Amino acid sequence: MKVRQPLRNPQEERWQFQLRLKVLSGLILVLCLLLLARLVWLQVVSHGYYHTLAEANRISIVPIVPNRGLILDRNGAVMAENNSTYTLEINPARSGDLDAVINQLSTLVTITPSDRKLFRKLLDETHGLSPAPIRSRLTEAEIARLSVNRYRLPGVDIQARLIRTYPLGSSASHLIGYIGRINQDDQDRLDDQNLTDQYRGTNHIGKLGIEGRYEQELHGVTGSEQVETDAGGHGVRSLARIDPVAGNDLTLTIDANLQQAAEKAFGEHRGALVAIEPATGEILAFVSQPGFDPNLFVDGIDQDNWNALNNSPDKPLNNRALRGQYPPGSTIKPLMALAALTLGKRSTTYKVSDPGYFSFPGSSHRYRDWREGGHGMVDMHLSIVQSCDTYYYSLANDLGIDAMHDFFTQFGFGQKTGIDMDGEVSGLYPSTEWKQKRFKQDWYGGETVISGIGQGYVLATPLQLAQAMATLANRGIMMRPHLVRAIRDRATGTVRTLPLETVRTVPLKEADVDFVRDAMVDVMKPGGTAAQAGAGATYSIAGKTGTAQVVGVRQGEKYSESHTAERNRDHALFVAFAPADQPKIAVAVLVENGGHGGSIAAPIARQVLDFYLLGQKVKAAPDANDAGDDSAHD
Amino acid sequence: MLTIKELRARLVAPLDPTLFNTSLLLMALGFVVLYSASGSDMGKVASQARNLGLAFMAMWAMAITPPHKIERVVFPVYVVALVALVGVALFGEVSHGARRWLHMGPVRIQPSELMKIALPLALAGYFEWRGKAITWRDFVVAAMLLLVPVALVIRQPDLGTALLIASSGFYVLYFAGLSWKVMGGLFAAGLAAMPFVWHVLHDYQKKRILTLLDPSQDPLGAGYHTLQSMIALGSGGLIGKGWLRGTQSHLDFLPEHTTDFIFAVFGEEFGLLGEMVFLAAMLVIITRGLFIANEGSTPFARLVAGSLSMTLFTYTFVNMGMVSGILPVVGVPLPFLSYGGTSLVTLFISIGILMSVHHHRKLVKQ
Repeated sequence: MKVRQPLRNPQEERWQFQLRLKVLSGLILVLCLLLLARLVWLQVVSHGYYHTLAEANRISIVPIVPNRGLILDRNGAVMAENNSTYTLEINPARSGDLDAVINQLSTLVTITPSDRKLFRKLLDETHGLSPAPIRSRLTEAEIARLSVNRYRLPGVDIQARLIRTYPLGSSASHLIGYIGRINQDDQDRLDDQNLTDQYRGTNHIGKLGIEGRYEQELHGVTGSEQVETDAGGHGVRSLARIDPVAGNDLTLTIDANLQQAAEKAFGEHRGALVAIEPATGEILAFVSQPGFDPNLFVDGIDQDNWNALNNSPDKPLNNRALRGQYPPGSTIKPLMALAALTLGKRSTTYKVSDPGYFSFPGSSHRYRDWREGGHGMVDMHLSIVQSCDTYYYSLANDLGIDAMHDFFTQFGFGQKTGIDMDGEVSGLYPSTEWKQKRFKQDWYGGETVISGIGQGYVLATPLQLAQAMATLANRGIMMRPHLVRAIRDRATGTVRTLPLETVRTVPLKEADVDFVRDAMVDVMKPGGTAAQAGAGATYSIAGKTGTAQVVGVRQGEKYSESHTAERNRDHALFVAFAPADQPKIAVAVLVENGGHGGSIAAPIARQVLDFYLLGQKVKAAPDANDAGDDSAHD
Repeated sequence: MLTIKELRARLVAPLDPTLFNTSLLLMALGFVVLYSASGSDMGKVASQARNLGLAFMAMWAMAITPPHKIERVVFPVYVVALVALVGVALFGEVSHGARRWLHMGPVRIQPSELMKIALPLALAGYFEWRGKAITWRDFVVAAMLLLVPVALVIRQPDLGTALLIASSGFYVLYFAGLSWKVMGGLFAAGLAAMPFVWHVLHDYQKKRILTLLDPSQDPLGAGYHTLQSMIALGSGGLIGKGWLRGTQSHLDFLPEHTTDFIFAVFGEEFGLLGEMVFLAAMLVIITRGLFIANEGSTPFARLVAGSLSMTLFTYTFVNMGMVSGILPVVGVPLPFLSYGGTSLVTLFISIGILMSVHHHRKLVKQ
């Protein structure tokens, strides 16, 4: 065994240690007495009080779920509300054989197989411990039949509760989003945010859109009630109550009428439209077509409806306005021209000769113009009005991709707009640095050239295009796009208007902006690519058409709409703001596989502008097949 | 060849009868309460019995190992626990808003639990190693050894566990002779820093402390646990409602009723008298531990035994204080009664070390 060195003065040390032991023993004694005193107070002195609370009548603390805040449009029209409804619930603890009970119930009310499946799923989630709903939205006749037969149905209850309703149906569905049952992921998130207590008794939570993003505002504060219960756990009498505070009401920037008008203008087409008030960044309409009915999701969507939505080739669940990334095509030409003017690379009078294609010296590869044979001698004004590709091929070549990248980045390309909606994507505006990082490759001159007409790597969401247009209309002052205008506090009744936010001011010369705007106005006039859509307008529109290729066209071949499968046809694009001299609305329209911007996207925008500025009725867009080949291309 | 007698001397004799029998008694009580608290779930009881088997082996292993052999591994164990804590901070699993768990292949460990034992052992080992010439510098070094893991656990954030680790380390400093003046100064500084500490507390921690003053403030949230456990205790009265007859716990009003709040179930069913029996048995173990510390033959033995006994008391007091509503809610298991493998093994390792200190002291004297 190891022999230890003798310690310095062991007696002294031991004496010290013993003293310290005694002090702690004293502390233990004091603390034990304190604990004992507390226990005596609880169990002897206050025993009667707690005995009453616990034994004679048991107290249960019942959460009172707050009413969810409403969602209103900018004029006060209701977009999401809470309606009272009757739900049929089965308590598995008291009902006995579930299948027998459900079969019995199905003779009284309609119970579909998907109702049964959903019920089983909900039951599994609660481990069969608490009642689960089997049918919601009972009709009055059903309630009457159930009430008469209730004595035969132990464990079956009709519960009145509020159900979230979206009165506009599939209109604005991507924007408003929906609420759904709290699932395990939601639960984990609530745990992480220490919000579990706030959600006691709450079954639903915002999942998407405004409902998801503004969950904290909409939910409210859960109240509670101390209820005396009898031995069976039934409430007898309320002892104390803390009222819940209803969730806050949201007033959106959206104009529900404009929204519905825009959706109607799309007809059967797939696509997206975003309309922004340039001076404020308020989003007036936010369309992604087709939509879906958010009411289906509130109580858990059944399998058939889910399959229908999820497997549809039209992808109604995709939020195209927020998450769809498309080549912006010719819609970026006004900004290209503005870049050339701002950076001093081109004068407005400089003319480019357009033989119908652009090619590098000594190369046989032809970058084709959309018009065979070309536009002749083209200056900047004409290049916008007729959307001359060759002009922009050569301009892009002069500017260089990095200068273009820097300019377009200022207009919001390649970055999230910061809209108050989750899941936004950033699009893409390439640069030499980006390509080196992404592909470890050098940048090629040809890639610059096609970027000049918004093709190649360039991708933008309809929201980004609308924001860029709003920034141009606002003469370089970019406002943060947003959907919620004001929040009404239910507790105090005060309305809090959310502050506007300036993202940045792009340094631009007045004269340059005016020049580009005037050219865009002429796009809508005879000789312009959207002359048809601009015909007869009583206010001036500044617009630009665009077409985005879905499949590439090989050298020497010609794109022919009639020979291309519908899903491979070009996307039609159109951006505009109006009135041109005093812009009140900026809009970006994308029609998937719609063909030409001038013939299909521009008329939709025109209808939206007419509706917003003049209050005119909207007609559904004609089918793509009827639109036919138009004189105005691209 | 070892004779039966020698085997007995080596393997059974270290098991101090006082500690062993009292632990058995408390464990028996634990099983009885657990059966009731779990809603007559034999599965849970069996699982706890398995935990106990493991814990007994750990205790026995510690008891037959002489303190000077334990001493050799305390630093490596401390370093391992510290590295694991850093690992948690870097890539631990986030659960309920805190980063506490570390995945090591199939095993999921909570290094802060390991640190509860590793820290006092390492500190005691440090003072033993310094031997004669303990100066104020050694206390500074020891304070560093203490503060680093505590800071890491606070960052998780797990303030309750951090305070318990800090207290177990502090007991070592105290027994090693930390000057009264310094302790007085620390106490005064602690009081003065209160408002600042309040400032940096997380919202939920503030809420727990505020609800201590008035649990009915927030009956659904932070006050819920305390309110329900007070109703359980209070309605239990002097002699309790009887085994399996507690209503609060069985009607599921009580949260965590097999783990941190099991004392409420116990109090509801066995009343104040039952609680006093439990407390008395706990005091037997703690007093025995302090007695062993007093008899310890080396500084290491004394410091370890003293600190572990006091830690045992701290757990008991903090848990009972929390359940009866005089301390804020922190996640502390009640020794012997709370369900859970880690805490049971840690508990019996402590008891095993006490036994070792006691047994091997005699051998040295001989």
